[in-house]
Amino acid sequence: MPLHLEIVTPERLAYEGEVDGVVCPGIEGELGILPHHAPLLTTLGVGELRIRTRGQEEFFAIAGGFLQVRPDRVVVMAETADLASEIDLEAAERARKDAERAMAEGFTEPADMARARAAMERALLRIRVAERRHREGPRSR
Amino acid sequence: MPSQREIRRRIGSVKNIKQITRAMQFVAASKLKRAQDATLQSRPYRDKLDEVLADVASVLSAEEHPLLKRAGDGTRLLVLFTTDRGLAGSLNTNTIRFAARTIAESTGELRVVTVGRKGNAAMRRGGVPIAAAFEGYGDRPSFADVLPLSRLITDDFLNGTYASVDLIHPTFVSTLVQRPVLERVLPIVPSEDTEGIPGHQFLFEPNAASVLEQLLPRYVATRIYQAVLELTASEWSAKMVAMRSATDNAQELIEDLTLTYNKVRQANITREMIEIATGASSS
Repeated sequence: MPLHLEIVTPERLAYEGEVDGVVCPGIEGELGILPHHAPLLTTLGVGELRIRTRGQEEFFAIAGGFLQVRPDRVVVMAETADLASEIDLEAAERARKDAERAMAEGFTEPADMARARAAMERALLRIRVAERRHREGPRSR
Repeated sequence: MPSQREIRRRIGSVKNIKQITRAMQFVAASKLKRAQDATLQSRPYRDKLDEVLADVASVLSAEEHPLLKRAGDGTRLLVLFTTDRGLAGSLNTNTIRFAARTIAESTGELRVVTVGRKGNAAMRRGGVPIAAAFEGYGDRPSFADVLPLSRLITDDFLNGTYASVDLIHPTFVSTLVQRPVLERVLPIVPSEDTEGIPGHQFLFEPNAASVLEQLLPRYVATRIYQAVLELTASEWSAKMVAMRSATDNAQELIEDLTLTYNKVRQANITREMIEIATGASSS
């Protein structure tokens, strides 16, 4: 029995479909969900989300949000979710450089530092996910 | 009676105006389409968030998180959403009038945060204390754009500056109708779980309280983002309708002026003929 998966962000519905399994970046380490998982509600960190469908794998870079496992479906609510093949590598590089510069200049407000660090983390993740995807292409098992 | 040349000049300038309003009408129509799409796209997230909140709230009592505490006495905060620019028909007027009524009916201390220049100007004129003023978020608001506002509200609510926070924003009902509404965001009132899965069946990781901790600020930000999207859709539909009627009016004016022009031309010809005829008979 396949798993009905939805990935939503505040701006759009990023993915919807039947999948065989999904691996999410949980707040306390990677979290694999297969069909018939017990109802679960947890927070997600910044990381790579892998979807397995009929031997094919797809990658999303996601940041911040929740995972809700219901008996009938799995819902990922993330602040951002980018499909690996849709990530704009140049934009991500630019974002990383901006964050780097911002961090090097120093801060008076600790909140600004935290924001720059979060931006950096997101940029690095996008780069990592996109590069891996570009190198390997769609993986099959 | 104005001269022929004068009327011709006026017809020319009205035609120019018509061209401009028509262009603005089409621009507004395409932006409206995009704004409507953005609103539709954002709904699944909001619905899911409501669902999760209901799940969590069913296992935690309201006292376990300060954002869920019932409103006590204290300062009330209104967040007023208007557009930056005019030419949007009665959209801003209606929203501001609605806000003024809400303010008049409200008892006790009150502050306003304005989003958009029009609302800010109106509140300043009305002498309402303004806590903060944000400029509008442009044609394509993103979720990240609203985070500063959302953080400000949440922080001030948590440190006790405000006892409750409401949003006032126009909602997009249809192209012709935009209705201002008052929406309570803080303290949060979780909706009933409609799907009939009691929250205590869920495993929470690491625990319900920490999930809630992450959830509530996002809930506030999502509400604000929705309000901004509704505002954007309302703005463009109001603009489109305003520009359409401006174009129609210009067309009507052109027809009237053309009629006058023809009458004047005819009168001049008749007068000249009479002059020639009298000249011929007198010589």
